Amino acid sequence: MFQTKRPDAGKARAVDPVLIEARGLGLVLGGRTILDHVSLTVRRGEVVVVIGPNGAGKTSLLRVLLGLWEPSSGQLARVRRLRIGYMPQRVQVDPILPLSVRRFLTLRHRASLPQLHKQLEQVGVPELLNAPIQTLSGGEMQRVLLARALLGEPDLLVLDEPAQGVDVVGQGEVFDLIDRLRQDTGCGVLMVSHELHLVMAAADVVVCINQHVCCTGRPEEVSRHPEYQRLFPDVGLHAIGIYTHHHNHVHGLAGEVQPVPGVPENTDDAR
Amino acid sequence: MLDDFLTRAILAGVMVALVAGPIGAFVVWRRMAYFGDTVSHSALLGVALGFLLGLNLNLLVTLVCVTVAVILVFLQRRQELASDTLLGILAHSALSLGLVTVAFVEGLRVDLMAYLFGDILAVTRGDLTAIAIGGLLALVLLVILWRPLLAITVHEELARIEGVPVLPVRLGLMLLIALVIASAMQVVGVLLITALMIIPAATARRFARTPEEMALLAAGFGVLAVLLGIWGSFSHDTPTGPSIVVAAMLAFVVLNFLPLPRRRPVKAPPRD
Repeated sequence: MFQTKRPDAGKARAVDPVLIEARGLGLVLGGRTILDHVSLTVRRGEVVVVIGPNGAGKTSLLRVLLGLWEPSSGQLARVRRLRIGYMPQRVQVDPILPLSVRRFLTLRHRASLPQLHKQLEQVGVPELLNAPIQTLSGGEMQRVLLARALLGEPDLLVLDEPAQGVDVVGQGEVFDLIDRLRQDTGCGVLMVSHELHLVMAAADVVVCINQHVCCTGRPEEVSRHPEYQRLFPDVGLHAIGIYTHHHNHVHGLAGEVQPVPGVPENTDDAR
Repeated sequence: MLDDFLTRAILAGVMVALVAGPIGAFVVWRRMAYFGDTVSHSALLGVALGFLLGLNLNLLVTLVCVTVAVILVFLQRRQELASDTLLGILAHSALSLGLVTVAFVEGLRVDLMAYLFGDILAVTRGDLTAIAIGGLLALVLLVILWRPLLAITVHEELARIEGVPVLPVRLGLMLLIALVIASAMQVVGVLLITALMIIPAATARRFARTPEEMALLAAGFGVLAVLLGIWGSFSHDTPTGPSIVVAAMLAFVVLNFLPLPRRRPVKAPPRD
């Protein structure tokens, strides 16, 4: 399912098949309302980013969408036999368990050595194959987790704070990598993040939640939304401008560079 | 040959060690040492119930252990009491309940010391068969569950999303631990069973580079402890169960402080 490469991958359109759709999700835990009437759709080839302040229910929303928690109300529909690649926020393996990166990658999905090499190469850490998993730095672990998620050839990639514990340069690399993967494989991407400036640049659709959906839409629309500006007063437009200069063009059908309508060609002044 | 009580003792001990080692590795990896201890404390209740109902003791012990394990998992989920409090409550209540039940069974004179600290020299041919069946069952189950168990040990949610049936696998591990306890009860007794699971596994860690190596080495170190313990007990007239545990402990201490030839460094230079 969904293995063919789309010529226009990277630009999700309303006609692309829906991978997962949540309508009116509610979650109440211990009498506290965590999520209230949240709706969200991820299509094939689309990057949907969930943002929101601390305690807004971002991670809870992911857990419900992943099927780890039952929603208290609302509907959740998934494509049949949807393959999900999940990258958790943090994985720590106790040193008492002797485990190499290679074994870690193949805990669930069997893969040949060349496949493993290729996958680690893709995420930029080919030298780690035989390293004990406990010796990895935070950034290396994030990449290995991404490699593991990709080994299952997912239709939908779910990332919980993918750039956490990674320095600013590494963050840019992680997001560029996710963008490239989405274009190469055409999978849908759903991520939670609070690295606002990077996220806004990488996203097709931004869903800003604070228990309920505050606003949703294309990154430019959301960043101008009064609800968003109320929730993130410090960051706002400046922070976003810093990064969007990398993305002041889109690729046409043949890969040629086209300007984005309404976005100035060069926003380097924003630095 | 099986008529010799020493041969039977050695056979029983070796079989139990072969199973307890690999399963002990999981107990160590999943930080379940006190969990195992609590479950084994309930084994005596199984013995008492077995006498009371006139049923096979090994079967009853396994059943009671599984039940207590499942109750524990259920209570831990509610998270109203800290795990160690819960384990303490259950361990000692189960043991006391067992002792009280034994007293209730009329006309029963149970050699409590034998159940609490093991009586490997009294193993009969029938016991040997029971240990063999239980051990074989446990090993087969372990081989089937190995990969999914390892996956949920590393990261349970990730495993669940990748399609591992977490609950059945966890229940399988409970059953495994119960089987080990039922067969090890006669060798080292309910109070010392956990030692036979975790000490060999802990000894093996230093020499293992994969989970499988650690499990196999744990089985090996367990067998070593059983042989040394029985020999020590026989030559110095000491209680056999505790002697086996002392042997395991000595092996752990010696092998952990033994200088190892340095392996090539495996740590890659940090990238970021």
